[in-house]
Amino acid sequence: MDSSEKGSLAQVKHVVLVLSGKGGVGKSTITTELALALVHAGKKVGILDVDLCGPSIPRMLSVGKPEVHQCDAGWVPVYADPQQKLAIMSIGFLLEDSDEAVIWRGPKKTALIGQFVSDVAWGELDILLVDTPPGTSDEHLAVLENLRKHRVDGAVLVTTPQAVSTGDVRREITFCKKTAVKILGIVENMSGFVCPHCSECSNVFSKGGGEELAKLTGSVFLGSVPLDPLLTATLEEGRDFLQAFPESSTYTAISQIVNTVLSSLDA
Amino acid sequence: WEVSSGESLNDCPGTSSDQAGKSSACQGCPNQNICASGAAKAPDPAIEEIRQKLTSVKHKILVLSGKGGVGKSTFSAHLSHALASDDSKEIALLDVDICGPSIPKIMGLEGEQVHQSGSGWSPVYVEDNLAVMSIGFLLSSPDDAVIWRGPKKNGMIKQFLRDVDWGEVDYLIVDTPPGTSDEHLSIVQYLSGAGIDGAVIITTPQEVSLQDVRKEIRFCKKVKIPVIGVIENMSGFVCPKCKNTSQIFPPTTGGAQRMCEELNLPLLGRVPLDPRIGRSCDEGRSFLTEVPDSPAAVAYQNIVQSNVYCLQNHCFFIFQMYVKIYISF
Repeated sequence: MDSSEKGSLAQVKHVVLVLSGKGGVGKSTITTELALALVHAGKKVGILDVDLCGPSIPRMLSVGKPEVHQCDAGWVPVYADPQQKLAIMSIGFLLEDSDEAVIWRGPKKTALIGQFVSDVAWGELDILLVDTPPGTSDEHLAVLENLRKHRVDGAVLVTTPQAVSTGDVRREITFCKKTAVKILGIVENMSGFVCPHCSECSNVFSKGGGEELAKLTGSVFLGSVPLDPLLTATLEEGRDFLQAFPESSTYTAISQIVNTVLSSLDA
Repeated sequence: WEVSSGESLNDCPGTSSDQAGKSSACQGCPNQNICASGAAKAPDPAIEEIRQKLTSVKHKILVLSGKGGVGKSTFSAHLSHALASDDSKEIALLDVDICGPSIPKIMGLEGEQVHQSGSGWSPVYVEDNLAVMSIGFLLSSPDDAVIWRGPKKNGMIKQFLRDVDWGEVDYLIVDTPPGTSDEHLSIVQYLSGAGIDGAVIITTPQEVSLQDVRKEIRFCKKVKIPVIGVIENMSGFVCPKCKNTSQIFPPTTGGAQRMCEELNLPLLGRVPLDPRIGRSCDEGRSFLTEVPDSPAAVAYQNIVQSNVYCLQNHCFFIFQMYVKIYISF
């Protein structure tokens, strides 16, 4: 298969989806932190944000609203850093008014996602992370159909500890099995809150669901990330949490998850 | 940026528009030929069928958010419980989150199945006066995934509205998935004959949530749904040990309050984070009855009281005018 057939992903070594059946569990957060950790580890990383109705990645990486340009090889992704180690494509860059709603039915979403996969000049990447909206619908099918020519290494599934979340993620696991996407593992996000005043740990969104889900479904448990207002605040401001708070337990948790994911990709 | 080649990133002109199938935005859309032929313009007969079916439903309220995981299903469920605490009222809760139906679990109805009768599908009753419908009741296993594209989801929503035997209902609450896509367009389209009283918008305090919620508010304006107001959920956490408040989801851009001021919308209330809410939802019990004195439960009751007063006393439109909730941007 020559590179023109493989298209714009010819020089992308690994593709990892970040999925969850449930909304608001931290898919975009985990995608962002995984990407930053991989860049700090010396990798060239891309993020493809296919959440067309609620694109969160541009704000989390503080890339503003740059124009998207075209080159011979296709659309040039937006780089989050001057060294061009972190490339991003999101519908967030294409909207003139950031409050404007993208009110599209499935077929139009499918068409744009096809272009995001095929027509963006990703160039050489060690890993392309795909951030997705919640669910098992048009966007998810579109990504997989368009990545058919290119190997998808697998998916990281994100959940919070509570049953209402793991209940949806079980369905996402079924989706992965039905579409032959390997599950690299499950991340439990928002896993306990340590009060900054008295250090008491509160299980705001219940406890243990992520690990139980991994056991129930025979999946790898990648680790837990605590509820950390510092993480939320740095994402709000588009700052690099890992550079700002390297001593935190959240940093340790994320690093462990990244190392496990990298080992499974290299295996 | 051009989708495929030559067209611009505009919204679909709408299947009933003169430009349907002919606009530059239509190129590349798989439905282009259908629209261009005029076949899509004819109103769906289901809209009139649904209008007739829902004449027995007095009020219809959508619960929306652009953002996932902010508490739409939690609010929908507990609004329904609170309204149903008045035995003289009949309440219906419709869950149109086809891929991630949370309502059966939150209402303690997991494993329940839907039955068919001569007058249609029977919803599942959690109380004598509180009926629930969700795709969750049509799935045989908690692992079943609903891997459907838009058109099939739309068909399901049509059936929920047309074929469920709701009976006489005072309030129909509709819980939705996050976003502004097929489910949202379909619920608005199919209820266009029957009418929607308004939408309650749920957000959490941080900008990552508000930026999606502003889009949802624009959606409401575009499809002409009145916004009853906004609820800020997960608004601060009081440590059970030292009682200090932490902003786990910080309102870095002023939270829902500033957004409501800017958009001239009522802030219906703020609900704090309480671990007992998540636990109640997981166990399928109403936290309004489990922990009625918790600050979260009190906040919910206040929100419900102010809405119910308005709807019951037909002062909804007066309330709207008073607080100027018509979006003026």
